[in-house]
Formats: sequence, structure tokens, C-alpha cells
Amino acid sequence: MADLTTEFLGIKSPNPFWLASAPPTDKEYNVRRAFEAGWGGVVWKTLGAEGPPVVNVNGPRYGVIHGADRRVLGLNNIELITDRSLEINLEEITRVKKDYPDRAVIVSIMVPCEEQAWKDILPKVEATGADGIELNFGCPHGMSERGMGAAVGQVPEYIEMVTRWCKQYYSKPVIVKLTPNITDVRLPAAAAKRGGADAVSLINTINSIVSVNLDSMSPEPSIDGKGTHGGYCGPAVKPIAMSMVSEIARAPDTAGLPISGIGGVTTWRDAAEFITLGCGNVQVCTAAMTYGFKVVQEMISGLSQWMDEKGHTSIQDFMGAAIPNTTDWQYLNLNYVAKAEINQDDCISCGRCYAACEDTSHQAIAMSSDRKFTVIDAECVACNLCVEVCPVENCITMVEQKPGTVDARTGKTVVDDYANWTTHPNNPGAVAAE
Amino acid sequence: MNSQMTPGVTARRLNDDSLRENFGDLHAPLQPHEAAVAADRCYFCHDAPCVTACPTDIDIPLFIRQISTGTPEAAATTIFDMNILGGMCARVCPTEELCEQACVREVAEGKPVEIGRLQRHATDTLMAKGVHPFERADETGKTVAVVGAGPAGLSCAHRLAMLGHNVALYDARPKAGGLNEYGIAAYKSTNDFAAKEVDWLLAIGGITLENGKALGDALNLDGLARDFDAVFLSVGLGGVNALGIDGGENDSVIDAVEFIELLRQTDDLATLPVGRNVVVIGGGMTAVDAAVQSKLLGAQNVTIAYRRGREAMSASRYEQDLAASHGVQLLFNVQPKAVLNGGSSTQIELEYTAVTNGKLAGTGETLSLSADQVFSAIGQTLTTDGGLVLEGGKIAVSERGRTNRSKVWAGGDCASGGNDLTVTAVAEGRDAAMDIHATLMGGVE
Repeated sequence: MADLTTEFLGIKSPNPFWLASAPPTDKEYNVRRAFEAGWGGVVWKTLGAEGPPVVNVNGPRYGVIHGADRRVLGLNNIELITDRSLEINLEEITRVKKDYPDRAVIVSIMVPCEEQAWKDILPKVEATGADGIELNFGCPHGMSERGMGAAVGQVPEYIEMVTRWCKQYYSKPVIVKLTPNITDVRLPAAAAKRGGADAVSLINTINSIVSVNLDSMSPEPSIDGKGTHGGYCGPAVKPIAMSMVSEIARAPDTAGLPISGIGGVTTWRDAAEFITLGCGNVQVCTAAMTYGFKVVQEMISGLSQWMDEKGHTSIQDFMGAAIPNTTDWQYLNLNYVAKAEINQDDCISCGRCYAACEDTSHQAIAMSSDRKFTVIDAECVACNLCVEVCPVENCITMVEQKPGTVDARTGKTVVDDYANWTTHPNNPGAVAAE
Repeated sequence: MNSQMTPGVTARRLNDDSLRENFGDLHAPLQPHEAAVAADRCYFCHDAPCVTACPTDIDIPLFIRQISTGTPEAAATTIFDMNILGGMCARVCPTEELCEQACVREVAEGKPVEIGRLQRHATDTLMAKGVHPFERADETGKTVAVVGAGPAGLSCAHRLAMLGHNVALYDARPKAGGLNEYGIAAYKSTNDFAAKEVDWLLAIGGITLENGKALGDALNLDGLARDFDAVFLSVGLGGVNALGIDGGENDSVIDAVEFIELLRQTDDLATLPVGRNVVVIGGGMTAVDAAVQSKLLGAQNVTIAYRRGREAMSASRYEQDLAASHGVQLLFNVQPKAVLNGGSSTQIELEYTAVTNGKLAGTGETLSLSADQVFSAIGQTLTTDGGLVLEGGKIAVSERGRTNRSKVWAGGDCASGGNDLTVTAVAEGRDAAMDIHATLMGGVE
């Protein structure tokens, strides 16, 4: 079985699956249960400054987008940082870390953007023996109205400033958690790096209203007839998270900066994908909140099996492996030609490919009177829509047209050469090939 | 109290609890969440094969999508728009041979979308609210007589009334509904559904129902054709084929149709007598309904004897399996030869059959079964043709239901074509109504 041991910023954990700073990691009881279930590490629910803790609403905190059979596809929440006192949290962190020395314990922190506030809290956190801190610059609701969370994460200068304080007053690794509620995630990531951050983690949750009650006309979750935007997470946000992760991994300013991947990790496969885009580990929340802590067992067994099948002996073997293949549109090979092909043995004649192509795409699928569906090569642009709407996996595939064959749509012979938009004759800014 | 083993023919073989359980709903209705999950399996196929397979062309993908988006009432309207008896059809259609057989998921994984149960979920939801989803068009001043208030007649009458015509609906029986009321196994139409459905359907208005009036008796075709602008005949098949064997007149030989009717109309199943040993002759749905219900009433040994092989049986494989799962023995390639003796030791003698040169004939080899009751279910015949031209023993009609006589249309089991299914009768009634409408309005829309 593959070795899943992960060393992230020098912090060892038995596997790359950490629980994200969120309700599941709010207290000792939960975290002990998580470690017993097999989680490699936790990022403790965000601590605030000393004094009276924040209060939460006393009505619903969560809203969900459901798929078939009430599968949780997206979750949103309006919960704030920990509403328990700093002292209790610190005591509990100390006890848990002492009892689980082999697991990663990271403390998430959110205090005002004043040097003194950080100067006050960091030594106390350091005293717990926790392995590192994560700066919550991402929480998009409630705390951001008070000038913290996403309000900081949206101003690169603040990120850099606070990160610098943390590196000054704290000796262990500092992870900066980024908000996706921003135009270009590379800027805050670069700011964190300039401030001395050891890593970034992303994404935090996305501004969202998951539903509106059509009787009460209130956004949900509804508190006494009123709702507010919450933070969106779960499987639905994974594509957004992976894109942002890849941008940071690819940008010259931030390439090589360790990344902890967050956003909709639900299965081992999701985790593997984040890691191939440059993440050193992943953080999970919604999957645990949906299925309980036991879900990590599938993640562990699945990742191990896949690594064994691929011959990977450690996470390092495939970390960032997809980054070289992640590029800009302008560098995609325009000489590559594919055509859809329908396997008639697998086809169940539902006609979804036909409806999708005929109504919304390129009229490239023919339907016979006896419901046989075939691709019209002269029309097919290989858009892949038929592949994705077909209910039978691998029934429709995209077949590469070999060099030397003629593309029935364009009448041109497929060539082996690579050619992209930058040199295409239709591109007004094209650079003529010498 | 008797038991299954009490000899002869007797009532009260089972206690009330067992009877109640046995004659409960064959398929429990889907709960809303079950319906949502079942609906989600529909692929919303293009030009869907299930629609093609439905004799009434219900837009199945659309109504299922309406269920999945939380609007079962809209789904019901989609169904009723094509099939006003969609509630009954959801219960009695052999979906395994129609929509569900054509479902692409049947092709893909052998498990079709549960179209029948979803249809029932939608129609039950709307009907439970007492809502009739259609309104009549402005009155046309035209009148139509519909003779026979079974599925074809009800469907035709409703559509005509909706289009603004006034309909006089006649039926020979004390209750409307035809085979829905009298001829379907009790566990397929529980809680008096057939009668409730008729009341709901008549809520469209413009239809006057007169019971106890039969063609050839209180009504005659010449009079109807004179008094009304059009006539639609949907009188069904009133006659029952006789066995035509030695001892066929024996008291122990009973029409399966009568037995089924008795089961449907009784107030107390416990009072119905049934034999310890029952043999049903036939291979259709009526045979299965009679056999299964005999078993459910407490008969100890029930056998369906069919003269051809399993594949030729008109009862679907699903119905055959339903019978077998209730403990009914299916005996193929045997034909009745004689009913022997009377009284408590009645036997039926069966002869094995074989097909030689395309002809079915007895082989000479026989077997005997104890048979306190023999139910005959070998088909029904037209009893009232109104002097119309026949085809294959039924009133000859065109695709639109026209008979050889002007102003007279026919549909349902009494008319040629079709397949004796409720859903087909509904389609024929509806389509004839559209043709009557077009004819009466002279092409004016």
C-alpha cells in the first residue's frame, strides 16, 4: 500500500487529508473523534481575540443545493468564527496536540488588522504546541462586515502586512487562507508570499445565496424572515477552487509556494486532482459535514489504491504533475482535430446527444427512423457536449483524427504540426513565423 | 370458520385480516420523496420511445420532469390532456409491455423508470385535491349520444364535452365505468377508485349519464341517429364464450368475468364462496385475474390451464409471474376435454396439445385435476352490433372510429382493431371524439 505520509511545511501527518477550519473542528470533542476516524490533521476553527466571543445567530446557519435524492451538491453557511472563549479553545488545542503528536494541528486565527492584536494572540497560540497557524482572510460573511476575514483578503497590502507581523511574532509555519471573492487570486497570493507566508490555502467560501423562499420571499437560510449571503462550499465549488489553485501554481510570482487545497474535496479522486495541480495536501469540510468523519477512510483507501496502480510511492510523486499541462487558451494546439464517435453497442437510443447537438450546437448527429444515432463528421466540431450529456459513460468518445486524414468539416488534411492562436492568420496580433 | 383445506366450495376460508391484506393495493403509491427519486431516473429522452409505446401518446418525459420539479399537479394535467383515465391506466396498464418496456433504462440496465407508478403519483395528487383541470369550450349546440360508459365511452364523452358539445352518456349497467368498474382485479383498483374516477371525470359538465339503458333494449341505433348529431358506440363485449365440452353446463363451470365482477361489487369478500381446488381455463388477463383472486380468497390449489405455450399467452410475463408468485400453477399446452361428475368430487379432464403443421390439436394424452370450480376465461363476444358491418366479430371501424354508417362511430372492445387494453380504448374514444368534432363543426376549428 502506498505511503500517504505527508510533510507539508515540515509538518508531518499520516495522510494528506486535513479537516478545514470550520464547524467540524470547533472543539476538542469533535477533533478527537476526527483523529480517531483517521484524519491526518485539522485546522482548528478560527480563534478570535481575547474577550467576549462572537455570537452566532440562533436560527438556521446552513443552506444547501440538493441534487438527486437530496445529495448535497453545495452548502452555504452564515456561521462566524468560534463563539467559545479563547482560553477554552487554547486549553483544548494544547491537550489534543499532546495526545496526538503524529497529527497536524493548525490554529486558524482572525483578529483585527492591528499589530497589537496579533502580538497578543500569537504567543498564546504558540504555547499550545500546535504545528502552525492559518490566517483566516477569507470568511465572506459577518466578520468581513467588521473589517476582518474576506475584507482583509481582498486587500493585498493588508495580507502582506499581517503576514509579516505573524512571521515576526510566531516561530512556526504561517499559512494564509485566501478568499475567492476577488478578481485575480494571484495578487493576494503574491502578497502573502511577500509577507513571508510559508504557504497559502484556498479557497475559502464563495459569496452565495443558495435559495429564496418563494412564500416568505426571504433568502435562505432565513432568520426571522431575512437572509444574508453566506459562504458557499461543497462539491459545486471544486472547479472554481482548482482553477484558482492552478493559477497560483503557474504564476511566476508564486510558483513553488506550497498550497493547501480546499474546495469541494469529497472523494480520494478530488484530492488526487488538487494535488496534481500543485497542492501539498487538501482540506475537507463539507464531505465530513455531510457524511461524518468516517468518510476519510474511503479517501485513504482510494488514494492508496490509485497510487499503487500508478506506481506512485509518495504524494510527492505526482504533486504538480498536471501543472505543465495547464496553459492559456492561446497556446492550445489548433491543429488538433477530433470527432465524436458513438459506440452503437453501448448506445441505449435515448437521443439526448441528438437533442443537445441539434438544438444547441452544430447539428452534427443524425437520427434514423429506428433511433440509430450517428455522427456527421462534416458538421462535428468535437465540442464534447454529446459526450457529457450521454447517460452511458464512454458510449460517445472523442477520437483524434490522425495526421494525413482529411477533416470532413473543413476539407483540410490534418497535420502533425503544433500551431496556436498566437500565430494564426486570423489573429490581428499574430506574429508572423520567420 | 373454514380453512383453505375445507372441501368443496365455501366462503370464509381466510379471516378478515388476511383478506384485507390480500386485496390491498398491488403497488403501494409512491411517497413524494420516492417519486422524486424515481423521477430523477428519467433521461428526458428526445422523441422518447416510451411516448411512442403509449397508445394515448402521453408526454411521459415532460410529466416526469414536472414531478421532479415539485409540480405533480402540472404533471397530472399533462397526462389527462392525452388520457383522461390516466388514473386508472396508471393502475391497470401492462406498462411492462408498453412504456416501461420501451424505456431506454430497460434497455440499459433492465430497470425501467417506474412510469406507471409515477403516473399514479401525479394523477392521485391532483384528483385528491378534487381539481378537474379542464374547462369546457363555448357550447356548440351539438348533441352526441355515447352508448357504453366504459373507458372508450368515458374518454369520448369527456373530450366531446370539453369541446363544447352536449353528451348523453348511456350504460346498460347500474354503474358507469365498464370494465374499470366490473372487470379488473380488485387489488388493482382499490377504494372504489373506478367510481370516484367517473365522478371526477363528469365534473367537466355537459355530460348527462343514464344507467340501465342498453343498445338493443331501451336504445336503438336508428332512434339515436335521428335524435342526436352523432353517435359513439362503446358497448364492449357482452357475451362470454362457452367452453363447449362435455359437462360444460355443470354448475361448477363459471364465467371468470362473472366471478371477477362479483369480487368487485361485494361489500364483504368473506361471504364469497371459492373452491378448495380451482382450475381456470384461458390465457389472458381475465384468466390471471380470476386465478390470483381465487388464491387470495383462500383456494388451496389454483391452476391456469392454457392450450398453447407460455409465449402465446396474452397475459404478460409480468402477469404470469404475479400469478406464480401467489402460488398459482401455470399449466401449458393443455385443453379442456370434459368436466366429470358433479358435487364434491368434480374433476376436469385436460388433454395435452401439440402444434403440427401450424395447427393446434389434442395429442390424446389426458390428465385430470380436482376442480370444485372451473372458471372459463376464453374470451368474450359482441352481443349488440346495431346492424353495422362487422369485421372479425367486431364492429368494423376506420382509423378514426368511423363505422359504415354515417353519424355513427365506434371504439373500445366492441370495435375492430385495438388490443382489448383500457389505454387503447381511451385512445380510441378520444380520437373518435376529435373526428366527431371535426365532422360536426364542418372543418371550423
